[in-house]
Amino acid sequence: MNVAAIASVMNYWVEEAFWGMKHTLSVLVENKPGVLVRVAGLFSRRGFNIDSLTVGRTENPDVSRMTIVVEGDDKFIEQVTKQLHKLIDVIKISDISTEEYVDRDLVLIKVAAEPSQRVEIMQMTGVFRARVVDLGRKTITLECTGNEGKINAFEESLRPYGIKELVRTGKVAMLRGSKLSGEGEATGRKRGEE
Amino acid sequence: MTVAEAIVRCLEKEGVKVVFGYPGGAILPVYDALYHTSEIKHVLVRHEQGAVHAADGYARVTGKVGVCMATSGPGATNLVTGIANAYMDSIPIVLFTGQVPTSQIGTDSFQEVDITGITLPITKHNYLVKNPNEVPSIVKNAFHIASTGRPGPVLIDLPKDVTTATIDFKYPTTVKLRGYKPTYRGHPYKIREVAEIIRKSRKPVIYAGGGILSANAADELLQLAETISAPVTNTFMGLASFPGNHPLFLGMLGLHGTRYANLAVTECDLLIALGARFDDRVVLKLGTFAPNATVIHIDIDPAEIGKIINTHVPLVGDVKLVLKALIPLLERVDRSEWLERIKELKGQYPLTYRDEGGLKPQFIIEELCRLTEGRAIVVTDVGQHQMWVAQYYHFNEPRSLVSSGGLGTMGFGLPAAVGASMAEIGKQVILVTGDGSIQMTMQELGTLMEQRLPLKIFIMNNYSLGMVRQLQEFYHEGRYMATTFRFHPDFALLAKAYGIPGYTIQTHEDVGRLLPEILSAPGPAIANCLIPQEENVLPMVLAGKGIHEAID
Ligand SMILES: Cc1ncc(C[n+]2csc(CCOP(=O)(O)OP(=O)(O)O)c2C)c(N)n1
Repeated sequence: MNVAAIASVMNYWVEEAFWGMKHTLSVLVENKPGVLVRVAGLFSRRGFNIDSLTVGRTENPDVSRMTIVVEGDDKFIEQVTKQLHKLIDVIKISDISTEEYVDRDLVLIKVAAEPSQRVEIMQMTGVFRARVVDLGRKTITLECTGNEGKINAFEESLRPYGIKELVRTGKVAMLRGSKLSGEGEATGRKRGEE
Repeated sequence: MTVAEAIVRCLEKEGVKVVFGYPGGAILPVYDALYHTSEIKHVLVRHEQGAVHAADGYARVTGKVGVCMATSGPGATNLVTGIANAYMDSIPIVLFTGQVPTSQIGTDSFQEVDITGITLPITKHNYLVKNPNEVPSIVKNAFHIASTGRPGPVLIDLPKDVTTATIDFKYPTTVKLRGYKPTYRGHPYKIREVAEIIRKSRKPVIYAGGGILSANAADELLQLAETISAPVTNTFMGLASFPGNHPLFLGMLGLHGTRYANLAVTECDLLIALGARFDDRVVLKLGTFAPNATVIHIDIDPAEIGKIINTHVPLVGDVKLVLKALIPLLERVDRSEWLERIKELKGQYPLTYRDEGGLKPQFIIEELCRLTEGRAIVVTDVGQHQMWVAQYYHFNEPRSLVSSGGLGTMGFGLPAAVGASMAEIGKQVILVTGDGSIQMTMQELGTLMEQRLPLKIFIMNNYSLGMVRQLQEFYHEGRYMATTFRFHPDFALLAKAYGIPGYTIQTHEDVGRLLPEILSAPGPAIANCLIPQEENVLPMVLAGKGIHEAID
């Protein structure tokens, strides 16, 4: 399986109350077959829950970037990070949630929409700067991009109409300003080493 | 040349002298290439599990990378237990498996199995080779990854069309792995901090694990202990890293550790953990482990630090290099009061056994130790006999205990002893095994004889799966379900079938008479030692108790 070829995988939500703060890990990995399995396998083996995981290629074709959202206290995140570091194909990990960053998630939602309700739904779409991407006889399909909070709110406001199907890409993220989370990737030392 | 030939050249370049393996269709091209080399000896085992354990035993005594080969499918799956074993104990091994041709991968073809998938959680890294040109650099990387940092097994899966392809051979001189850069040198600031904390400590204990052996840091450990007058306790994996008869030695700690080691850890104000990982068989109950101590943890694997226990000073680095940097910063401090207390604990809670009721296994181990002056390589299997070796054999030289710690693999003993014997480092090799364990991999007696290895095998025969029987005695009111044997072959006769001298030892007089004879004979021997079924491993910390609460 070619990692870069996969736009996104896995997106499941865990019981919120049980966990601590959400962390967004930006992980540079070798763009090689099997890397995704190594990372995903590590999470399940060690009993770490993944909130969301996306993977795609970067400016360097040999390197892919995974954006992994996990929830837990500092000690937990430290273990996750250290265990990830042990994978030979993992090049660099940054917990970008400790800094200023932009993040985006994309959702496609198919909502039940009788012709009488369409106008109302279209108005909602305007508020969220979402777009209509398809119309069926009894449904309407919408696309919305934004950070997690916005997507959650969009989803909630459509719920009363009846959500037939929903798919989210999971979060991708990047540091704000000119700082790079992939800095010195080729020569760089891994974080957590001394 | 073909990739198969290139692999053999790579092995020669890596200085490999012995390969343990078992052939089959998919790996045949590599075997054909081995046919043409005189520098590498191939040891044909009797089961692939034996090949990994042998490579493992070889690696443990030599410190070099063990090498092992098997064919695809069942050959590869038979390696799995051995790979997990090496992974848990951080032993450097490189394994080559044959694979069906790339065009057939994923089609459930004959003897196809996804061995890289299966071994993902139990290898440090693995490769499924698709591009023949990458083979030399993959082999180079595999040896590097297996033997550096925290060592471990690395597997290379070789489709048959890859091994038969031809390439221009060039063995790389350097490795390029941007995702793999272990930290060797400890942070100088942290090292100074450690020195300062040690200076202030009145009651330090050194808790040393297998990392000392992987790093070849036994000399530095001894120097550290003597410089700061700190008693040393070993984990099971750490045994033989500190001289067993040294006055500062406390023996093993934990579940079946000495009372005085466990009490010293309980009372200490500073615990210096070196290449150890606070395993549950050591810590037992978190809140009661070293409750008064500041904890310094020195390890090459950052993930071990803070995994189980909160560490006051974490120090990532190669324990040998860290100790080398640390020792000059230390000063001798008078700790006679603490050492007096240790002496008192040793006097009050000695490690002993009641010398009554038949042939004592502890006595046999003591005699083995006395006759070999603690300088033999002792290989064990898993069970009570393993713990008796840990308690009563006082190891005097590093890398002289070969035993399955983390996985506790019954059947490890005999093949590992074959591997240890193949290392030919001029030391006597002894296998102490159980009547249960030996029957798991007994077929390797054939390998032993084929290779003419002078291994001495002592079977502690209690007609039971002793360690599990003991658990049933303590936790299941003596309901001995499936732990006693109603049939055994006559092990002395079995030995005879292989052309190995066989002995039966039943009394302490037999021990006195036969042990010297067995140990001094030039060839192999099997001694069937009939010990009482009821014998237990003590001291023991019962479930739910802390290490200070052992019973003996
Ligand atoms: C492969 C494997 N299966 C099961 C066990 C569980 N187990 C641990 S010790 C033991 C008994 C070992 O019996 P034996 O080799 O006779 O040694 P003893 O304890 O009697 O000295 C068993 C069954 C194990 N460790 N490994």
